[in-house]
Amino acid sequence: MKQYQLLLMIMVMVSMPAHSRDTIRVVGSSTVYPFATVVAENFGRQDNGFKTPIIESTGSGGGLKLFCTGKGPSTPDVTNASRRIKEREVALCAKNGINEIIEHKIGFDGIVIANAKNGPTFELSRKDLYMALAAKVPCGIQDGVTCDNEAKTWKDVNSSLPDIRIEVYGPPPTSGTRDAFAELGLGGGCKMIPWVKKFKKKDKSAWKQLCYTVREDGAYIETGENDNLIIQKLVNNPNAVGVFGFSFLDQNTDSVKGSTVDGIVPTFESIASGDYKVSRSLFFYVKKAHIGSIPGIEEYMAEFMNDNAIGDEGYLLDKGLIPLPQDARLKYQSDSKNLVNLQY
Amino acid sequence: MNSIIKRNQREKRFKFYGILAVATAILLLVILLFKIFSTGISAFNQTYIGVKIQIQVNSDISNLDPRRELRRNIRTMFPDVKTRSEKKNLYSLFSNGAYYEFEEMLDNYNGEKIDGYYYFLASDDLDMYFKGTVKRKGNSAGRIQPSQMKYIDMFENMNLIELKYNKYLLGSSDSREPELAGILGAIYGSFYAILIAFITSFPLGILTAIYLEKLASKNRFSDIIETNINNLAAVPSIVFGLLGLAIFLNFFDLPRSASLVGGLTLGLMTLPTIVIASRSAIKSVPPSIEEASIGLGSSKIQTIFNFSLPLAMPGILTGTIIGMARAIGETAPLLMIGMVAFIVDIPSGPMDAATALPVQIYLWQDSPERAFVERTSAAIMVLLLFLFLLNITAVYLRKKLEKKW
Repeated sequence: MKQYQLLLMIMVMVSMPAHSRDTIRVVGSSTVYPFATVVAENFGRQDNGFKTPIIESTGSGGGLKLFCTGKGPSTPDVTNASRRIKEREVALCAKNGINEIIEHKIGFDGIVIANAKNGPTFELSRKDLYMALAAKVPCGIQDGVTCDNEAKTWKDVNSSLPDIRIEVYGPPPTSGTRDAFAELGLGGGCKMIPWVKKFKKKDKSAWKQLCYTVREDGAYIETGENDNLIIQKLVNNPNAVGVFGFSFLDQNTDSVKGSTVDGIVPTFESIASGDYKVSRSLFFYVKKAHIGSIPGIEEYMAEFMNDNAIGDEGYLLDKGLIPLPQDARLKYQSDSKNLVNLQY
Repeated sequence: MNSIIKRNQREKRFKFYGILAVATAILLLVILLFKIFSTGISAFNQTYIGVKIQIQVNSDISNLDPRRELRRNIRTMFPDVKTRSEKKNLYSLFSNGAYYEFEEMLDNYNGEKIDGYYYFLASDDLDMYFKGTVKRKGNSAGRIQPSQMKYIDMFENMNLIELKYNKYLLGSSDSREPELAGILGAIYGSFYAILIAFITSFPLGILTAIYLEKLASKNRFSDIIETNINNLAAVPSIVFGLLGLAIFLNFFDLPRSASLVGGLTLGLMTLPTIVIASRSAIKSVPPSIEEASIGLGSSKIQTIFNFSLPLAMPGILTGTIIGMARAIGETAPLLMIGMVAFIVDIPSGPMDAATALPVQIYLWQDSPERAFVERTSAAIMVLLLFLFLLNITAVYLRKKLEKKW
């Protein structure tokens, strides 16, 4: 008899559903993760009676997918993203009953092109990046003709660049950093070629195919989503160039240096002012339906959007976040406070 | 004659290759351990800065703000510091943890006069500079600016920068400030997960093994089960993570990130290993002993529980511990069930959200802060220590329980 009781107890324990939750769950981008975790930690340390939010790094796309699976304690309350939510993701959310999402823009993240401190100095333009790293590039004098990228050295791309082999360590296609690099770096350079720019209006998807596709013949070496690994490889190979987030450059200024892009050095100020072009916005999205049922969400939003965190002297700046301009920050702060729904 | 010489030569060559293989393996292991230990050992110490603290006899400290009070004490050491940016640079040498430490000191204040130098936690940038990980170039070092270096030099001239035992590494949970980050939460998470994994997989594994080895009739059906168990042992661990996600999270609706779910998933993963080890251990019990037991009138179950199982126990335990050691080092299945996450609160039970030791290592090595590099290696050292202890236990148990006949 006793054994049956035990069995029953185990079954009850195992099938006990998790109906409530008192900890905020956050998922999403690995780029926002270092910032969100600092906010969560500060939020948990305060004497406000709330538990420290739990943050999972699932990537922007993965995070939004989890976020949009539905409402209720088994789904996340907040998702971080290193790009804006897409129309198709808003539709997915709406299909699962999530019609009210609050959008927060927190700042920028620069993507730097860097090499070892003892290596050559690169003064790149976005066009150089495109011509060096795209799979297909315009060739010949006639407009509209493209062929496989055969540039072997940086000098092949632009005669003012050093005569060394093109060898770029960067993140794989699953990474948001890679998407942003392709879009802002390669895509930005692509637009500098007059006929390609016109071509964009005619056939947008073919244009994207041409401008955002990274070459796969060994010049661009996928190094996993670990920026520390890329930096180690750069130190060991002074002729190689790496692509990673600004916060990693900031932490390793003793071993690597950032190349200028279009004449602008990647610094805190140049990214904040928008002069440095290869930078993207960082977001987090909150499920409005969970406010009230999961304790602390509004307070967490307030902590994140506080000037102490994302303001011009906020603690996230120390971690490498680049702040929004004043007016944009004020807008998102007030939207957050008034729980304004995302309009797409 | 000739062929004998050749044969001997061949034998010698083969022996040499064998030695070479062993030497290579040992060399690689030594390099790995050396790299981990040489990087990680410095994480067990932590840079502290001495601050002159003065509190009068029987002061009323109930209204003191520890943050402001510590800053006031720091400032009195440097009367020249006036402007806002100078103050900011001076305070930036200290970690946020310094204020928590000062708060604790105030909590323990018993009315006696305090006048002297007390040591408070330094920031990770200063820590990296003082340990020599980040080299000084002129008046700056990595993230340390000349305006901050000025104060570091002053403190150093007064001999007020010291390395002390890092109590945070083993005594606190994860943090995004490297100097405050520790692995205690991850150790708890690993402990609960392994406990649950053991509780579920050990009895299940043994019962399966006994049934298949002693009770099941040999037919096509039992052959299929046997092949499948052997195949399961070779299934990549991430697949078990997917299984855990589907069964425990989606079907049973258990809380995400809980070490209970992690333990059940790891238990599923180790189950085939335990079954295989238990079966071979039971199989190797001499049939003469079992036949004697049956011959003296015991039933089949009595024979199994009185003779087969106790004699097979050393083998079963060794297999189980090796399976558990594998489970302790797993990250992949935990990824699927949400245990790879930033979790600050130390779990108070298996239903709480938790990480595990290998997950902590994985998360730290991906952090931008330089000071996490040595902490990653230190966490690996702790994990290796646990694995070493588990293996020692396995050897000890085998030696102790082994019966000769």
